[in-house]
Amino acid sequence: MTGEWLDIGWADEIPVRGSRTVQVEGGDDIAVFRTGDGRVFALADRCPHKGGRLSQGIVHGGAVACPLHNWRIALATGEALGQDKGCTPVIPVKLSGGRVLICRASTMQAAA
Amino acid sequence: MQHQSHPAAAFEREHLVVIGNGMAGCRAIEELIARDASRYRVTIFGAEPHVNYNRIMLSPVLAGEKSFDEIVINDRRWYAANGIELVTSDPVLAIDRAARTVTARSGRMVGYDRLLIATGSDPFIIPVPGKDLPGVITFRDMADVDHMLAAAGKGGDAVVIGGGLLGLEAAHGLTLRGMKVTVIHLMPTLMERQLDEAAGWLLKSALEARGQTILTQANTAEIVGTDAVEGVRLKDGTLIPASLVVMAVGIRPCTALARDAGLAVGRGIQVDDHMVTSDPSILAVGECVEHDGNVYGLVAPLWDMCRALADGLTDSHSGYRGSVTSTKLKVAGLDVFSAGDFSGTDGAEDIVLRDASRGIYKRVVVKDDRIVGAVLYGDTGDSGWYFDLLKRGEDIGAIRDMLIFGQAFASGGGVADPKAAVAALSDTAELCGCNGVSKGQVVACIEAGAHSLDAVRAGCKASASCGSCTGIVETLLATTLGDAVEAGPRTMCNCTSFGHDDVRREIVAQQMCSIPEVMQKLHWATPDGCSSCRPALNYYLLCALPGDYVDDQQSRFVNERMHANIQKDGTYSVVPRMWGGLTNPRELRAIADVVEKYDAPMVKVTGGQRLDIFGIKKEDLPAVWADLNAAGMVSGHAYGKSLRTVKTCVGSEWCRFGTQDSTGLGVKIERMTWGSWMPHKFKIAVSGCPRNCAEATIKDFGVVCVDSGYELSVGGNGGIKVRATDFLCKVATEVEAMHYCAAFIQLYREEARYLERTAPWIERVGVEYIRARIADDAEGRDALAARFHFAQQFLQDDPWAARAAGAEREQHAPMARFTPHDATKEMA
Repeated sequence: MTGEWLDIGWADEIPVRGSRTVQVEGGDDIAVFRTGDGRVFALADRCPHKGGRLSQGIVHGGAVACPLHNWRIALATGEALGQDKGCTPVIPVKLSGGRVLICRASTMQAAA
Repeated sequence: MQHQSHPAAAFEREHLVVIGNGMAGCRAIEELIARDASRYRVTIFGAEPHVNYNRIMLSPVLAGEKSFDEIVINDRRWYAANGIELVTSDPVLAIDRAARTVTARSGRMVGYDRLLIATGSDPFIIPVPGKDLPGVITFRDMADVDHMLAAAGKGGDAVVIGGGLLGLEAAHGLTLRGMKVTVIHLMPTLMERQLDEAAGWLLKSALEARGQTILTQANTAEIVGTDAVEGVRLKDGTLIPASLVVMAVGIRPCTALARDAGLAVGRGIQVDDHMVTSDPSILAVGECVEHDGNVYGLVAPLWDMCRALADGLTDSHSGYRGSVTSTKLKVAGLDVFSAGDFSGTDGAEDIVLRDASRGIYKRVVVKDDRIVGAVLYGDTGDSGWYFDLLKRGEDIGAIRDMLIFGQAFASGGGVADPKAAVAALSDTAELCGCNGVSKGQVVACIEAGAHSLDAVRAGCKASASCGSCTGIVETLLATTLGDAVEAGPRTMCNCTSFGHDDVRREIVAQQMCSIPEVMQKLHWATPDGCSSCRPALNYYLLCALPGDYVDDQQSRFVNERMHANIQKDGTYSVVPRMWGGLTNPRELRAIADVVEKYDAPMVKVTGGQRLDIFGIKKEDLPAVWADLNAAGMVSGHAYGKSLRTVKTCVGSEWCRFGTQDSTGLGVKIERMTWGSWMPHKFKIAVSGCPRNCAEATIKDFGVVCVDSGYELSVGGNGGIKVRATDFLCKVATEVEAMHYCAAFIQLYREEARYLERTAPWIERVGVEYIRARIADDAEGRDALAARFHFAQQFLQDDPWAARAAGAEREQHAPMARFTPHDATKEMA
């Protein structure tokens, strides 16, 4: 694989209002989300609060609720919403012909 | 030069050759002619036999609303009058950039000075078996329409694969032509690219009402037939008969010609702001191009591109800057509009208006006081206004409060101030259409002491049904009482003005059967709810419609989705069911084997007398369940808002004090109640004597066996605030104890609020109420128990077994794995 983007699979392999993960050896998993309107986002799979697996949260609108303590994290920016403060790294992602591509540099950085 | 049909200036004028006689190619030439009609000599190649026609009007032709002649944009006179040579039925097959020639299928070769590629898109064919059978077609050109009309002439069944814009138009046309049409759509809602879930749901309901069958989340496995198409088989095995299959799953830019010629091609032919490709003498326009990373499949951007292209060709370089697109559609008389970004991310706020009775849904997405997206359903009269505000990036801060009501209202047409509008109503004006309550009656009710919305609802029924008049009632409260208004009712969450009880009542009263339907009919303020209301709605629907409601996995908390307990480090713990707390060597061996095999770091006996295996990885869960299932164990539901455990003591069989067989009764009760979903976790215990070793008096339902029978008590819990049970009644037999238990559970399931345990519920409604319903009302008790047993036939289903057998296995596997150092990847 060369190039800036890594192909991780078909978008429709991600449940609507759900997520899948990408494992990066030696680093955090990446959570890849699909929203109700079919948009795809990727975040490091850990809540800025206590490291909860965001991939296991409930996706609503453009946010995910962490399964551990219900912090809401914006999918586009990784920022905690509401009263909470904190930020999860965002992995740039794009769609091409139904395939999901994630940014190679950010993915590898997540492992570093 | 091969062509000298226009001798005047033929040798001075540059020759512009256009590949593609469609909407983009011809529009570009129209724009060019408008700027400088004498600059180029033009030859257009078209693959179809027709002159330039309006492809987006194929649907009305199919529907019989227009003839082909009516959708022609430029007839042959236009080509002749402008000196354009038109070559039809002769697609260009090759471009020779060195020689600057193109060669068509007929062998005709022409030279060019400038070349314009406008090849548009090809329909995407899903690669399933049977895709090449006669009777399987796409919906792209006039030939496809002719094919559909011929098929429709024979009647019968048609299947349209694809519930997007194109697919729904094909389905509508075929329905009008008398075919019985089934639409198969892979996604959960129709037109998901243009519409949000609520609007997609409304569209589906309306199309179904017009006789179409709409199957969402339906995945095509194969198209069956021997000599011609006979039907479509879905991955779940369903076979839908069909003599015609229309594939309308999408389009992709037609780039083969450009690619073969060595032009830069990404998703489309890459062009700069002047629509010039990587070869300076070759331009491209329309759906076949990629500009700034974007590919467009709609007509409006095409007009923008053609303007920039014609400017470039005539040396006034305006440049194309990309397009904001909108979609406006009318299918079967249904108005739908969407524009911009309505996904609601990144600080954007939603303004939502739902008017269920009129079938209207409007959603405007605002960010930093500017409209960034809009979805309209049912009333698209203001679509142009919203789209204009969006494109111009107008500051809407001043009209924000009235924005959703449309242009006339927001422009201050006399009713700009809602308070003034309500004040201006006469006392006889009907405010609440559902219950026929007038303004005067509401005011009288408020003046008689109803100082909150809940009190008004209880007092005069206004706003107590569909809730669409809630805003008006609140305004009346404010204007009548000033500051004396009490805080609003406890709503389910910020997505709605309804409380839990209202929602439950309306689900039953209006026979609602899906989450989007509830959100639509009850005017939810968010497009798809939040992590508080979605699990609650999922439960309420499950409770109201046992056997019929399809559970929404994405509205369940992770523990229920994974059928295991998530722990702080992201691993899971697993609790197999041990009926009544009993176990045996085989089960213990299986548990021990699982602990070793999957390196579980800890095993613990729970407070409910079960073994909890900790530290299981998500990807190992299916294998763990399979191993436990193989030893005869099922899920203990320790993760769920459901029946957890029935704790027992040893009872009369071993204990010198035991009065009854408490272990045996516990096992029977657990066999009866396991698998049942509840508003919250639910625990039962059976103690064999008043010494109460099973701690039955701090459980949701407790049985204490005594010599003369069984003492039943309810509403206990050992949680944050310990609460001992209230005595319910005493019964004489095991059968009665189980019958009362079933009835009590059902009452709790039907009436408590989601996440309300039995203890606060009973404190809220009073134990007298529970006694009246369970102990004193034999008929009601029987009915409750009957409803419980009816639901249990659907709910007593081991979720581990299905998962261990492979259901939803993708939930446990990563999509992909990467090794950073060598950057290799293996698909999971």
